[in-house]
Amino acid sequence: MAPLDQILGRRTGAVLLALAVAFPLGADWLGQGFYVDLAARIMIFALAASSLNLVMGFGGMVCFGHAAFLGIGAYTVAILMDAGVDAAWIAWPAATAAAALAAWLIGVVSLRTRGVYFIMITLAFAQMLYYVFVSLNAYGGDDGMPLAARSALPFGLDASSDLTFYYVVLAILAVAMWLMQRLVNARFGRALQAIRENETRMEAIGYPVFRIKLAAFVIAGGAAGLAGALVANQAGMVSPGLMYWTQSGSLMIMVILGGVGYLYGGVVGAALLLVAEEYLSGLTLYWQLPLGILLLAAVLYARNGALSLATRWRHG
Amino acid sequence: MSTVIESALNGVQFGLMLFLLAAGLTLVFGIMDMINLAHGSLYMFGAYLTAALVEPTGSFLLAMLLAMLATAAIGMLLETTVLRTLYQRDHLSQVLATFALILIGNEAVRMIWGPQPRRLALPELFSGPVDLAGIQYPSYRLLVIGVGLAVALLLYLVVARTRVGMWVRAGASNREMATVMGVDIKRLFTLVFGLGALLCAVAGALLGPLLSVQVGMGESILILAFVVVVIGGIGSIRGALAGSLMVGMVDTVGRTLVPGALGTVFSPAVASNLGPTLASILIYVLMAAVLFWKPQGLFPARG
Repeated sequence: MAPLDQILGRRTGAVLLALAVAFPLGADWLGQGFYVDLAARIMIFALAASSLNLVMGFGGMVCFGHAAFLGIGAYTVAILMDAGVDAAWIAWPAATAAAALAAWLIGVVSLRTRGVYFIMITLAFAQMLYYVFVSLNAYGGDDGMPLAARSALPFGLDASSDLTFYYVVLAILAVAMWLMQRLVNARFGRALQAIRENETRMEAIGYPVFRIKLAAFVIAGGAAGLAGALVANQAGMVSPGLMYWTQSGSLMIMVILGGVGYLYGGVVGAALLLVAEEYLSGLTLYWQLPLGILLLAAVLYARNGALSLATRWRHG
Repeated sequence: MSTVIESALNGVQFGLMLFLLAAGLTLVFGIMDMINLAHGSLYMFGAYLTAALVEPTGSFLLAMLLAMLATAAIGMLLETTVLRTLYQRDHLSQVLATFALILIGNEAVRMIWGPQPRRLALPELFSGPVDLAGIQYPSYRLLVIGVGLAVALLLYLVVARTRVGMWVRAGASNREMATVMGVDIKRLFTLVFGLGALLCAVAGALLGPLLSVQVGMGESILILAFVVVVIGGIGSIRGALAGSLMVGMVDTVGRTLVPGALGTVFSPAVASNLGPTLASILIYVLMAAVLFWKPQGLFPARG
């Protein structure tokens, strides 16, 4: 079980942040500029996986359609850009808001079910949205559509520079993780975790269980939408594949791999999965085989994700 | 009119094949409380093994029977080595582990048989159409319907009338109680898993000539099978049959009828584009509606 107090020591946090800030300089010095791009991708998916971790790990709601919010965020940016709105300060909040609205609509219906049925109904909604976007021929249909450029950043920042984009993503992730840490340790977060442990009891002592769960679901949806906006910007294109159930599954895998219900579970999981994919696919054509074996070993030996190992090691 | 009947028959045919997958899935899910994403991989193994064995054996039937046995053996081996350790774990660990098995299975198939889709030829005897009261219908599809019905009936008889079936039902409705009453749940699990794998292979072999035999075929049908299981009620064979036929019908009939119906309102271009999409969406709308009004599915196994 994940510990109730979700604190990453101030010193560890500062060291990690400093490392992330210094990373592009080191990569540049080694002549490995490519890794800056990979690191930005990892941070974007860390945001998406962390948002899923909020509902799945802290709220106990296993959402198998989280990629829908990722896709909605991405498409919001692409559609706005198609309409001539390329300012990040409009498009990115709009992406967040659109995904949060979708999460509210889906949540109101889905949260009436529990357990496996919740898994399946969220999957159903994500698949519906997937097929809706496949049929939108004006926006590329099945193939998706390219973005004319990256969103225009304020303060004269140039998003087309991979380095600038890296730091923007890092800033967003750092703020998001700080907010998430505040949230799960606040009254709301404690109530959410208590609902995960015993919903009936929380209902009985007067907590608005449904509203708390819905609020967490909407916050997570919005955060995933923001991650989607960043995905669209980084890839330079959007496609319905972003919403397909395999993408939802991959986000789930990240969270499980990192540690369900650990504050940094999503971040660690995204890093582990994407680095393993990148490394193994450079090694062999049949990279999914060793990846599968690694994941299987992870389930059998790291019972609750990588972070549970770290905790066990620290506490003996 | 004839297209309606033809697509209804196709719907029944697809639904019955879904049932073969969903039956195993719902039992594993209901009795062992285990989410097995790798169920689709067994279906893929069945199809590939049949395709590979047709040439050396020279007979579709023989190849299919061998593939069934081999897939059942693979399934039982998988159960005793990996999956057995997962029963006591939470659903999320099961999802991660069986997802890993999908990756391993897909890559193994790609390493053995290459990345190109394989063609599985129709059995000689059933390559032509038959005349059904004026409608030319492929005889092979009729054969698939026949086999599907026969297997469904057989499964029903086994589950409803035999001692093993009684154990299975007891396990699905209350595992602890069944154990206390002296059912060897461990052996039963292995047996059920083998049976599920066998049914997967039947579906894989029969659908092989109709759909293409390729890596990833398991995942696309797996989600539909899960939809069926949830609509029917987890652990319920009867529910799986009802759910399969519903999903098969909605999918196939929707694909043929919706574009026509849309064509009366929209331009043909819009209709032909929206039609297949709407049919795909309809399945999920059906599932969401069932879950909304009957959260335990149509035929809940647990009382």
